[in-house]
This record gives sequence, C-alpha cells and structure tokens, in this order.
Amino acid sequence: MYEKNGEKYFVVDGHVHFWDGSPQNYNKYGKMFIDCFYGYHSALSPEEYLWPEDKFQKYSEEDIMHDLFEIGYVDKAIFQPTYLLDFFPGGFNTTAQDAVIAEKYPDKFILNSSFEPRLGEAGLAEFERKHERYGFKGVKLYTAEWHEDSKGWKLNDYWSKRYLEKCQELGVKNIHVHKGPTIRPLNRDAFDVADVDHVATEFTDLNFIVEHVGLPRLEDFCWIAVQEPNVYGGLAVAMPFIYSRPRYFAQIIGELLYWLDEDRILFASDYAIWQPKWLVEMFVDFQIPEDMQGEYGTLTPDIKRKILGLNAARLYDIEVPSEIPQPAPVMAGTEPEYPETPV
Amino acid sequence: MPNQAMPTEAAVLDALSGVRDPELDEPITELKFITELRVAEDSVDIRLRLPTPYCAPNFAYLMAADAREAALSVPGIKRANVVLEDHHTSEEINSGLAAGRGFKETFRYFEETEEDLDELRTIFRRKAFVSRQEKLCRALLSGGYSSAELARMKLGNVPPSEALEKYLSRRAELGLDVSEEAPFLVNPDGERIPEDVVVEHLRFSRLTRLSIETNSGLCRRLLATRYGIEEKERA
Repeated sequence: MYEKNGEKYFVVDGHVHFWDGSPQNYNKYGKMFIDCFYGYHSALSPEEYLWPEDKFQKYSEEDIMHDLFEIGYVDKAIFQPTYLLDFFPGGFNTTAQDAVIAEKYPDKFILNSSFEPRLGEAGLAEFERKHERYGFKGVKLYTAEWHEDSKGWKLNDYWSKRYLEKCQELGVKNIHVHKGPTIRPLNRDAFDVADVDHVATEFTDLNFIVEHVGLPRLEDFCWIAVQEPNVYGGLAVAMPFIYSRPRYFAQIIGELLYWLDEDRILFASDYAIWQPKWLVEMFVDFQIPEDMQGEYGTLTPDIKRKILGLNAARLYDIEVPSEIPQPAPVMAGTEPEYPETPV
Repeated sequence: MPNQAMPTEAAVLDALSGVRDPELDEPITELKFITELRVAEDSVDIRLRLPTPYCAPNFAYLMAADAREAALSVPGIKRANVVLEDHHTSEEINSGLAAGRGFKETFRYFEETEEDLDELRTIFRRKAFVSRQEKLCRALLSGGYSSAELARMKLGNVPPSEALEKYLSRRAELGLDVSEEAPFLVNPDGERIPEDVVVEHLRFSRLTRLSIETNSGLCRRLLATRYGIEEKERA
C-alpha cells in the first residue's frame, strides 16, 4: 500500500518476472534477448535504480521480495511467465520457476501460466494438468515466441482458439497478450493487434489484457478497445515514460482514458526491467500538464487508485482492504472535443 | 578516369538521407543508424546499426535494402556493400544483400514467406501520411484556422511550411493528388473528409502521430544507451 497526502492506494503490480537470463542458461538468441531487456532497463530507469548487467541477468529471491514488497509498495504482484525455451534452454521465466516463490508467499503473488498452441493436442492435455497443479486464473501469451521452425503465431490460429476454449472451460479468464517482433509472418507488422480483435469478439467472457497498451501501435489497440469491452490495456513499458518523457506519458494516459475509460487500464512495472517503487511514487505525484488539461482533463486520486490496483483486483477477485476507497466503475468515457487551439 | 566522375561520401550520404525508417518516418541518417560510410572508387561500404538486436527484421531488411538502392543511385557508384550490425538476423540479411537476393529469398531459411513487403510498406506509408497530416492540422488550428475551414481548404490555400512539404511528400508516396486544386483534408485513400467529422478524424489521427513519436523517442533512447552516444532531447 502507498499513502501520500492522506490518500491511500492499493497496489497490484500486473506484470512481474523472476527470470534466469544468465550466461549458463542462454544461447546466442537468448543473449541478445536479455541484452535487449537490459537496454530497456538502462534507457528508461532513473540512474539510482540502474543494476549491473550480471545482477539484471539473474537476481535473487531476496531482491524481488525487497524491491516489490519491502520498498515498492506492492500489495499483490502477478507473475507473467515468458518461456522462451528456444532462447533459454532451462526456461526464461516459466510457471514452474515462478511457482518456487509464488508458493512460498501465497498472499503476495498471483501466479499466471501460459500455453503453447503449437504443441497441439498433447499440449492441451499438458495445459490442463498444469492448471490442476497451479490453479491459475490467467495466462500470458507471447505471440513472438519461437518454436521449432515456427517463428511466431496468432491468437486466431486454429490451435490457439482451441486453447482459449480450454481457458473458458477451466475458468482461466484473464488472457494477457504480449506483442513482440516476430519473424513470421515477416511480411506483416508483428505488432499488429488485429488478432486480439478477432478473439475478443469470439470469446466475450474472457478478458484480453494487451500488454504495453499495444505500443508501438497505440492507435490500433485503442481502435479495438473502443469496440470490445473485454479488452484492457496493461501499462508495462508505457509506465517508465513518466520519468524520461512525461509529456508523452501524459498523452498516452490521456488517450487511454479517452478511448477506453479509467476502468480498463492496469498498472505494471515489468519488474525487473523497472522497479515499482519509483513508478508508483511518480504516478501518484503525476498530473497532466496544465496546457494539456483542456484536452485530457486531470487525473484524480480515484482514477489513480483504479489504475494502480482496483482494476486488476476486479479481474483477479483480489480482496481490497476496507480502508481503501473503492469508487464504482464508470464504464463510459467523457468525450472532450478536439481542441480548436491544440497544444 | 576523370576526377569529377569520382563519387563522394557526401553524395552517398545525401542519397541515404532519403531512406527512412518506415516505422518512425524519419531518415536513417538523422536516427544515427549509419555508423560507417566509405567510398573507394566506384564502390561504397555502409554499416547500419539499430536500437536493439530484436528490432523487427522486416523493417531492418527494408532499411538495409533501401540504403543499398539509394547508394547505387549515386552516379559513379557501381557496388554498394551494406552490412547490418548486431542484429538477430544480421547473418541472413547481410548474406542476402551481398548476393543481391530479394526479401523472400533472404529469409527462406526461416520459413517460407509467401508475399513480399509491399503491403507492409504501404501500411506504414499510410500511417506516416496520417501523422504528418495531423501535425500540419495542429499547426493550422493553432494559427487560427477552424476545423470547418480545414475541411474546405484546397492544397493551394495552405500556407507554405516544412510541415506542409513533409505532408505533400507522404501524400505523393501514396499516389494521391498533390495539385493545388486538390482538397487538403483527405484520408489515405484520397477521399475528402466531410466537415462534420473533421474533429473525429483528427482525434483518431492524433493517436497515430502519438504512437510514431513515442516509438521514435524510445528508439532514439535505446540506440543512445546501446552505443553510448549522447542523445539530444527533442522538443
């Protein structure tokens, strides 16, 4: 929990990892992958939060507990596994790896899992066994993941839909979708979120949380989210702009509030790429710059409370302490006009 | 061979400044993607770098192939060797370019790729057009024009500016009418935007512009961090 100026905030970090990106576990593609993550970490973190590369590749249980819960104000953190078995032979951040910690601190973590549609029928049975073992309510899907000859997949592929049907059946209702640069299909835009649109329409009782709010295709994401009430935006990757590019951050948040409304935006640090401590502190202090308020309005403590924790709490049935104000969902955005005199 | 026929590095650099990152809609020269440019007689060596090893390979290929083509367009240049550094598909792209293979052939070891990149390029040319138009409209609105006036304007009525030049170039790339008599506010298919939906049109266009600008800022920062170069904050 975080408290500032008499306002209390319940914090759900919607996207955290406990990965192994160490040299013992990577091949040449894995090395480039963790280098890439480290690039994001270095490029967008305040200096005092920068880690040396070796710590970033593999950090300890102590580190994660300290950074999230001791100093990071996080009440609940959601593990979003990323398998990447073709890059990290032992797994980058699998359900089993995360479970070691999640099961040790069951009141702190929510453990999500994942599925691999290219494993077909056999994978489906394995997925069911995994669900029996861990009892998760959400999955994180990384459509850019390599698997044998395939260099990526789409949510509306035949086998993916079969797995989504299985999710429905098992009550796995939160589908986190992470778009990344795929190799296949090469002639298409890998960040294209159109496949989310297809499955969100078809699976209306599942929630689709698009990670990093579709960036760098914010316009495509918003277009879909406007039409599909079961599409949400996760703020991983967008959050750290609050420090390095606050005016862009203001516009991103402003646009999300306009197109989606305040009930469908979820805070996330993407730990250990970034740390929740500074993100939470800066977000609570943040306001839309005055010259943009005509277009975007302002962020009230209630809006911040929803984004920081209440929205995720609703999706994951997390009990929120009674001392935290719980404003009702609005489910309808205000519609400011495009200004005649823009910023 | 007469001296004046020798191509210069400046001439090649000038040609490369016409190559844009399709996603960011900015010249690869300004984005600091070129690390080396060396002309020797009729051949040129060019090295390219990108913000991360996992930047989308299709765009990486497009930029490398476009750079090669731009260099070859310089009078006197007969051979252009383009090398992409530190990318997860460097091997494929570099050997593909060196052998003069097209995109499909270059990536044939990964998986069969049925189509070429024309459609992808068009998608991003449309986005660039929308973004440049929105930027120009913003400037016009803050200069006192009303949205109704924008809907009625012809290209010939738009006061000259750099933003207009960029808009016209993106518009021409889509094969749309750029004559003075053509309506100013059109969608990427060239259809006029009716007066009553101008606000809505711009509201959505703004998202495209914001996406491109945010992405561009992120990529510049990632590149600067990756290669330890100083980054100038842009307004």
